[in-house]
Amino acid sequence: MTSEHGDHHDDHEHGEFIAHHFESAEQQFDAGKLGIWAFLVTEVLFFTGLFCAYVLYRFHHPEIFVQAHHFLDKILGGGNTIVLLFSSLTMALAVRASQLGQNRTVATMVLVTMVCASIFLGVKAVEYSHKWDIGIFVRAHFSLDESHHPKGISPYLTMISIIPLILLFVFGAMALLYRFTNSLFRAAFWGGMTLMVAGYFIGAIGGYFYMKVGGGDAHSTAGKVIEHHDDHADGHDPGDDHAQESASESQPAGGAHDHETRDLHHDIGIFFSIYYCMTGLHAIHVVGGIVALAWIFYRSLLGHWRSDYFGPVDYVGLYWHLVDLIWIFLFPLLYLIN
Amino acid sequence: MLKIPVSLLAQAEDLPIPEYQWGDYFFPVQAAEGAAENDFLFWAILWISTLFFVLIVVLMLYFAWKYRRRPGHEKALPSSSHNTSLEIIWSVIPSIILVWIFYAGANGYFQSRVAPESAEDIWVTAQQFSWTFTYADGDSTPSELHLVVNRPVKFTMESRDVLHSFFIPAFRQKQDIVPGRYTYTWVKPTKIGTFRLYCAEYCGDNHSLMIANVTVHATEEDRKAATKWDWDLYAQTDPVKNGQRLFQLNCAGCHKIDGQRSTGPPLNGIWGKQEPVLSGTRLVDEEYIRESILNPNAEIVSGYTTPSQMQSFDGKLNDDQIMWLIFYIKSLADK
Amino acid sequence: MSNAVFIKQHFGHAEKNNYLNVSKGWKSWAFTLDHKRIGVMYLIGITTALLLAGVFALVLRSELFIPGKMFLTEAQYNRMFTLHGAIMVFSFIIPSIPAALGNFVLPMMLGAKDVAFPRMNLMSFYLWVIGTFFLVVAMLTNSLDTGWTFYTPYSIRTSTGVVAATFGTFVLGFSSIFTGLNFLVTVNTMRAPGMTWFKMPLFVWGIYATAIIQVLATPILGITLLLLIAERVLQIGIFDPKYGGDPVLFQHFFWFYSHPAVYIMILPGMGIISDLMAVYCRKKIFGYSFIAFSSVAIAILGFLVWGHHMFTSGQSEVVTLIFSAITFSVAIPSAVKVFNWLATMYKGCISLVTPMLYAMSFIFLFGIGGLTGLFLGALRTDIHLHDTYFVVAHFHYVMVGGTLTALFGGLYHWWPKMFGRMYNELWGRIGCLLVFIGFNLTFFPQFVMGSRGMARRYARYDPEFQIFHQWSTVGALILGAGIVIAIATLVHAVFRGKLCGGNPFGAASLEWQSSSPPSFHNFDHKIVLNDPYDFDSQIYDPDLDSYVQRSFTVPGQEPVPGKPQTV
Repeated sequence: MTSEHGDHHDDHEHGEFIAHHFESAEQQFDAGKLGIWAFLVTEVLFFTGLFCAYVLYRFHHPEIFVQAHHFLDKILGGGNTIVLLFSSLTMALAVRASQLGQNRTVATMVLVTMVCASIFLGVKAVEYSHKWDIGIFVRAHFSLDESHHPKGISPYLTMISIIPLILLFVFGAMALLYRFTNSLFRAAFWGGMTLMVAGYFIGAIGGYFYMKVGGGDAHSTAGKVIEHHDDHADGHDPGDDHAQESASESQPAGGAHDHETRDLHHDIGIFFSIYYCMTGLHAIHVVGGIVALAWIFYRSLLGHWRSDYFGPVDYVGLYWHLVDLIWIFLFPLLYLIN
Repeated sequence: MLKIPVSLLAQAEDLPIPEYQWGDYFFPVQAAEGAAENDFLFWAILWISTLFFVLIVVLMLYFAWKYRRRPGHEKALPSSSHNTSLEIIWSVIPSIILVWIFYAGANGYFQSRVAPESAEDIWVTAQQFSWTFTYADGDSTPSELHLVVNRPVKFTMESRDVLHSFFIPAFRQKQDIVPGRYTYTWVKPTKIGTFRLYCAEYCGDNHSLMIANVTVHATEEDRKAATKWDWDLYAQTDPVKNGQRLFQLNCAGCHKIDGQRSTGPPLNGIWGKQEPVLSGTRLVDEEYIRESILNPNAEIVSGYTTPSQMQSFDGKLNDDQIMWLIFYIKSLADK
Repeated sequence: MSNAVFIKQHFGHAEKNNYLNVSKGWKSWAFTLDHKRIGVMYLIGITTALLLAGVFALVLRSELFIPGKMFLTEAQYNRMFTLHGAIMVFSFIIPSIPAALGNFVLPMMLGAKDVAFPRMNLMSFYLWVIGTFFLVVAMLTNSLDTGWTFYTPYSIRTSTGVVAATFGTFVLGFSSIFTGLNFLVTVNTMRAPGMTWFKMPLFVWGIYATAIIQVLATPILGITLLLLIAERVLQIGIFDPKYGGDPVLFQHFFWFYSHPAVYIMILPGMGIISDLMAVYCRKKIFGYSFIAFSSVAIAILGFLVWGHHMFTSGQSEVVTLIFSAITFSVAIPSAVKVFNWLATMYKGCISLVTPMLYAMSFIFLFGIGGLTGLFLGALRTDIHLHDTYFVVAHFHYVMVGGTLTALFGGLYHWWPKMFGRMYNELWGRIGCLLVFIGFNLTFFPQFVMGSRGMARRYARYDPEFQIFHQWSTVGALILGAGIVIAIATLVHAVFRGKLCGGNPFGAASLEWQSSSPPSFHNFDHKIVLNDPYDFDSQIYDPDLDSYVQRSFTVPGQEPVPGKPQTV
């Protein structure tokens, strides 16, 4: 992701940040702007494939979409929406500040944006791990069993959090190291990175306590809705499901109609396949956005932005708004069915 | 000239290559309703295309010779680089022709899609790499489709594994078969004889061997004679034949009898031998074959997927039928 | 500096200080940002892919010489046609003209120093290398037998290396997006002052239309392949009927990219042919604006016809009807382009040199390829012809007869510019002739056997088709020999060819206002804009044995007519 971004701008070693093959700063800015817009178009189309799959399956199986969305927590999803909207605001402020050449403000605003992005990922990690705990996986591995809910911290959540934890220590150590060797610029950069990763834990811990205190609501209502299907889910390990599936394969259309309840249960898995594909791809874009933002943060600390050179902030800003926008579409489509 | 590959034996030993019947130069014989319309449209497009193509090529060669660069002709002659009326003419005339082609093609297409009410039903089951046809009276034939001349047939088609396509060149008819749903097509054969049915959608290793013969009979009685299988007679005289028939109808899609691995293990030359299974080895005898048919997961042969891809035939085959299958596998012991 | 010295330096042969020798060592190539060097590296890459996939083609054609088994099992045969198709399409044809020739020529045609994003350009090349590497790894380890279309559910069930191959294709898709995005921005923002849209050579229009498709269609392929990988690894059930998925949805997704991809392959070729026609007829191209707009029209309409690959797939009849109608609408702009080329030849001054011979064989072969498309667009006949050798022959006439001939024509045309040396005319023509004959012999019989009922992707076949297969195999060998001779002639020219000046053919577009090979910055002097098809603007200079833009010659000097090229 970042490298694509990096390539939208040319080598800043060349004097005044204008690459040799451009005639003027204006030409360079225009080229970059058109480039990022074209790139955003490809990103939108990339998601369009998934939206098509969503529309098709919702059209064919509207009932499972209604059933399945009860498993998604509107409060967590809505909270994440607010976090991302706020980050878009700070990103816009960063772009404005860069046009005025206020590098310090740019750095602050970009840092806030990054922290928000991390909070988003933290909350997402809680949502994912909660689903995995009770067996909500993609279609073929879907084996819902709500009694499996673990007592303490979900092992999946712990696993996901290992990487941020390592990053937290590494970045923190770098910041302290440079702080004590008096490289204040580097200390500031790594300090910012540490704060950014800390955002993940804000999101994760907040989400965890929410699930502990009030989050039971969402899935217990869901539990009621699909109660009468549970007897099919219980006691089937995935392998067993496979065997049954391949057996019913011999009469495809017959299998599709004979036993309504079991089919509903299985097709809920398709909803979650789509859910994981869409939100997973979006999360990858958030991570890419963080890396791009970190690069902007770095250059802000170096004081690169001037009223005649702020293209990169603008481009990354546009990218970030797109990531935000995609979530604005995903949230109602996945969480707010009905 | 064609040596039938051994792997086809299960389907093809009774499947001779029918003599190819010529039609017009580009086509096999017209053996069904709609074939003539198809061929007419084809030839019409061909002649229209040829007209344009010859015009283009002749002009190109003529210009290339006439205006070739040579002493005395060193510069392009003055001529316009733009001529609106000419450009409009050569856009509009082909457009009109194309509208006609589109209309004729769509018209023929709808005729080829909508089966008449009177059509009889035949069920087509496609699986890697064999065809099974089931008729309204309950008879089934493997790898051979039997029709009655001038009697329209509607095919209801299902696939047990991947995409296939039902293609009879002599009937000019084709329809993909999609797993997980039924697809339909229909034909009305107009000519008595035997024709080829190919799988036209790539479906795996032996795609090119997934062939059936279509025989068009003069009367319903002839057809019935061809599709009927006298189980009771063979049960008395030659039960192995019953076993072979059952094998072709139920097993040949996944089990080869030429030693080749397929979805399932080959079943020739295993009788009386020790077969490596997941829990060790197992003697292939009556008991093991019966168990494998009724409960495929009981002892899976090493190297094949767990759980087994095979469906249980419990309740689908009766004791006599299982016995005939055992006789048949026993007869393959030395192959 | 006297005028003669100036002209020699900027319009003659550049022995020193050209882009090839301005810096030395492998690093100066591996990390270059120069569009010309990247173009040359791409050229080497795609040629390798062409030869590799060509060998597969010869192997499978040899196997088909007899109906039964010759030396390949069915499974091996299936791997051969899959790898032939996948490598030809994704590693060769799609990048071929835009990424190799386009990279070299397009910025120069616009009077720019480079493309807009040189580093992205280099990255595109390395993504091509990585993607092709994955395809080759898939081929060497577990092979691939799905056909280049990766149709589900077979691509989910097969035990071959679908994940590696799919990932390679995904990466190649990004390579293609980067090339397209780069050219899109370059054409929009990097044109030299005064270079308006309608002063651009038609090759640029072709590449521009292609870039639009690359940017808009390829992401859909990307997500489709990711979903296929997820389907194989995680069984997400979107394409797999075993879990309630829809295999036909995969076909829709796949062709939504892969039909426009056909235009990625052919539009740049049409651009090349337009320019070759003008240069070698020494005449302004007939109907410039029509050709320019029709490229863009084809690009846009090309997005609306993907369903014509699925007439027998079980999609609804109404949808089928609509796709058929739109398909015919694409035929018009393509046909009119052919008429325009003919009109350009009329009253021209035609040099029948190698590039022009390729251009003429393009018209012949593309004519057949395009016209046979009518049989497949018409619904009734398509039911019979779909998935037979008729289709195989049709798309080879378009892709090989079209794109490959255009690529060779373009290479022979720009070779003196790229390497400063002239190819051997005789061997160039022999290669062209062999390609033409071999190609027709290979693919024309396939029309006949296709409509007689020979289904595609068959390792074994019924004996009545044998005679056609034998003609086809013999033709393939001749075609292979022709391609090898054509490439060898070009390679020979690089090392032993006669030195040539900046503009040996008297072409009028901007890339010829430079030395051959061009300098690192493309133009070290102020370029003079002229109509790219105004051949009177170029004046023959006997000292250089090359042409020079009129403004640079001594004022008052009468234009000397050009040296006749050998006929």
